[in-house]
Amino acid sequence: MFDQLDLTKLVFGRLTWESFPYHEPILVATFVAVALGGLALLALVTRYRLWGYLWNEWFTTIDHKKIGIMYMILGIIMLLRGFADAIMMRIQQAIAFNGSEGYLPPEHYDQIFTAHGVIMIFFVAMPLVTGLMNYVVPLQIGARDVAFPFLNNFSFWMTTSGAVLVMMSLFVGEFAKTGWLAYPPLSGILQSPDVGVDYYIWSLQIAGVGTLLSGVNLLVTIVKMRAPGMNMMKMPVFTWTSLCTNVLIVAAFPVLTAVLVLLSLDRYLGTAFFSNDLGGNSMMYINLIWIWGHPEVYILILPLFGVFSEVVSTYSSKRLFGYASMVYATVVITVLSYLVWLHHFFTMGSGASVNSFFGITTMIISIPTGAKIFNWLFTMYRGRIKFDVPMLWTLGFMVTFVIGGMTGVLLAVPPADFVLHNSLFLIAHFHNVIIGGVLFGLFAGITYWYPKAFGYKLDPFWGKCSFWFWLIGFYMAFMPLYVLGLMGVTRRMNHFDDPSLQIWFQIAALGAFLIALGIACFLIQLVVSYRRRESLRDTTGDPWNGRTLEWSTSSPPPAYNFAFTPQVHDTDAWWQMKQHGFQRPEDGYQAIHMPKNTGAGIILAGISTVLGFSLIWHMWLLSGVAFVALLAVAIGHTFNYKRDYYIPAEEVERVEAERTRMLADNV
Amino acid sequence: MSPSGDVAVQQRDLILWSTFLMLLVIVPVIVLTFVFAWRYRAGNNDADYDPEWDHSTVLELLIWAVPLLIIIALGAMTWVSTHQLDPYRPLDRIDAQRQVPAGMEPLVIEVVAMDWKWLFLYPEQGIATLNEVAAPVDRPIRFKITSTTMMNSFFIPALAGQIYAMAGMETKLHAVINKEGVYEGFSANYSGAGFSDMRFKFHGLSESDFNDWVAKVHADGGALSRDAYRQLEQPSQNEPVQLYGEVEPGLYEAILNRCVEPGSLCMKDMMAIDMLGSQNMCGIGDGPRTLGKTPLETLGAPRSALN
Repeated sequence: MFDQLDLTKLVFGRLTWESFPYHEPILVATFVAVALGGLALLALVTRYRLWGYLWNEWFTTIDHKKIGIMYMILGIIMLLRGFADAIMMRIQQAIAFNGSEGYLPPEHYDQIFTAHGVIMIFFVAMPLVTGLMNYVVPLQIGARDVAFPFLNNFSFWMTTSGAVLVMMSLFVGEFAKTGWLAYPPLSGILQSPDVGVDYYIWSLQIAGVGTLLSGVNLLVTIVKMRAPGMNMMKMPVFTWTSLCTNVLIVAAFPVLTAVLVLLSLDRYLGTAFFSNDLGGNSMMYINLIWIWGHPEVYILILPLFGVFSEVVSTYSSKRLFGYASMVYATVVITVLSYLVWLHHFFTMGSGASVNSFFGITTMIISIPTGAKIFNWLFTMYRGRIKFDVPMLWTLGFMVTFVIGGMTGVLLAVPPADFVLHNSLFLIAHFHNVIIGGVLFGLFAGITYWYPKAFGYKLDPFWGKCSFWFWLIGFYMAFMPLYVLGLMGVTRRMNHFDDPSLQIWFQIAALGAFLIALGIACFLIQLVVSYRRRESLRDTTGDPWNGRTLEWSTSSPPPAYNFAFTPQVHDTDAWWQMKQHGFQRPEDGYQAIHMPKNTGAGIILAGISTVLGFSLIWHMWLLSGVAFVALLAVAIGHTFNYKRDYYIPAEEVERVEAERTRMLADNV
Repeated sequence: MSPSGDVAVQQRDLILWSTFLMLLVIVPVIVLTFVFAWRYRAGNNDADYDPEWDHSTVLELLIWAVPLLIIIALGAMTWVSTHQLDPYRPLDRIDAQRQVPAGMEPLVIEVVAMDWKWLFLYPEQGIATLNEVAAPVDRPIRFKITSTTMMNSFFIPALAGQIYAMAGMETKLHAVINKEGVYEGFSANYSGAGFSDMRFKFHGLSESDFNDWVAKVHADGGALSRDAYRQLEQPSQNEPVQLYGEVEPGLYEAILNRCVEPGSLCMKDMMAIDMLGSQNMCGIGDGPRTLGKTPLETLGAPRSALN
């Protein structure tokens, strides 16, 4: 049998020189830019001797705060990539009229819209949401870290590994041309024999490990590690929404993993789960992926509902209206989000009764969501509202999100969906809720907690610029899509015949440019704030007159978060402590037991990247080696008994004395 | 949103009514957001300030009840309209004023979504067309829809809502066109490289024009045999309109059951065997298979075994 062994094939699989897109000028230019930028970055890191610092303080860290920040950085970098895809699509659709094919041929354009969806959901929204939860939840519940600190580091690197694979597909081979959910039969081996779908599968599988583990981690953290006195109905709303989100992650992501395993079996081993022939059925895939996919959108939005609750209450200087109904609404949404998946394919031909059932369950979700909106409204009622940047994002959200909610309920009416399904109306709807809800919420959250994480506030001028560009840009980019959708224009079109549509696409492209300015202002804001950090410094740890426990620590908090575990008596624990004249204890410190850094997470994720890459390219030899290495490192890590250390009482005392001095200096 | 068929008209009306119902709550929310944000701004010391006020049973009942009532109304509307406008349900009216006359049978059109073009077969008339379809006004149409490989969505916005076209499966759509004219039709579900040009024209014709059109297709069209179909099945883009005056009998059934290829076993026969609990692999292996015989006959079983 060995006489037919082809060594090149064994080592390189399907990877050949032809796999590199050196004949595509756009990609070559991008590659050169990325390579030069990357080299410059590496050179700078080397020049300033930062490798040791990065490795010791960041890459191997198990501190939930640093991991949270790394998630945010990952999300923001991937936002730039996902947005580059978006603006390329908008330009293509704005010019591909009157016989012009635009500048992107279908085989390139189809990769771009697939990558845009995958990146924005899995590698922008998910890391940003996870990062925010990672940073804030332990602080809000008065814990010193998450329940499984090493897993946290491992989860982050697995997510990054998935992102690395997606980025690789840009320059080595190609990405899927199937749309972001890779419906078969189009994603099957017969219709998509190339590596694109395999990139899709393995990047999501590897990142999925990270997401699932971080879900388990935060879930256990919230259930087991709350400060004494904080019973479930005294948890801050953001913690509540995080809890529900992580329940959804733990229950939904295994379905995605399973369905992608089935798809890979079809592609790699010739099974017939989703094929047209041999008894396969693609409808099964579509059901399964949406059983994950619908909870996924609530995974994204719920934590931001929490952010808005915190922000509204803080900037209105007032207790959140209807805490209990807020909590029940969140739980109801969590449960209902599992009962609506079929509304993504009313047009697949289910009977009228099945369609009506799923249409009505979908509408029912709008009841608790509506209740939440009213709760925020009545939190503002009789408040003292300060229009800081987070509050602006929140108001922008409240107005925008209800429009998205309305169009969503409209799409839930099956006969209306028969007309609007897959149209640009649908595209406008989900961007309306994801930008108007998730993204606005993330910006509100980032601006709100930034001083906590870095010790200085973000510059409000550039924050306001960013807000207004995003808001106006959003309306300009997506309102035309509502109109086009009502005119019957379908999604994922590469070019158009009807010249009367062009003006709408041009307006939308202009909107996308305004959003680009919004992103630019945000980046400028980060730089300007860093340079003005002395005048923006937060010395109190409580810059907004906050209400929950994270504001009782210094900004940034010490590695151990709380020298003494706080006692909780109220939903707004810190507010209540301030009302009752809380005095910080200034002596009696004890040594604090903390987990120790480890490089196992980044090493395991690195090997996973190699494994994924080799499976994508059918490099079986490398796959075998990588798989064995993965097992060896994982087992090896279990023999690492040096997992913890104590921060000595003197060190705690020194840090706390520093804080005491800072508070005293800035009364 | 510019319908010319009764189903599309009803769908448009439903969209307008649902939007109106929801605006009942959306508009006040948006207005209140602005009003509260302005009235309770930090600089306005005339406004009340009540930092501990966080509960009011009446208000909370109200904020759950108002959306609930609207959803009850909308839910009822949904249940009724979804059954009324179920694409599988044969029509009982031609438009708001006219019922379907007794004895009027719907025109059957069999639709095949191909890579990347549309094939239409008229079993009654014995003709077929590529990338063009026609129907007489005010006569109900029954579309039977399938696909060769990809999942597509069959959509003529002016006529009625869309429904997926999937390989090895049949979906149905009932509709009627009320105005003569030429309307756009296309695939509304992304299906690969040629998707953007997967468009066709739908002609609403008067009764006599339709008959003339059928006669013309009969006279000018070529023949659509199984072999010609297998040629056509190869992926292609931007195919011009083609007419077929003659269609091999049973072609649509064969496409639907994925057995146009000579010697391949039809899905319905394979399923019949599976239903009998047979463990053999006759659909996959190289066993004796003859077109036209039922699989059981192929296996030597008597025909009565099927019943």
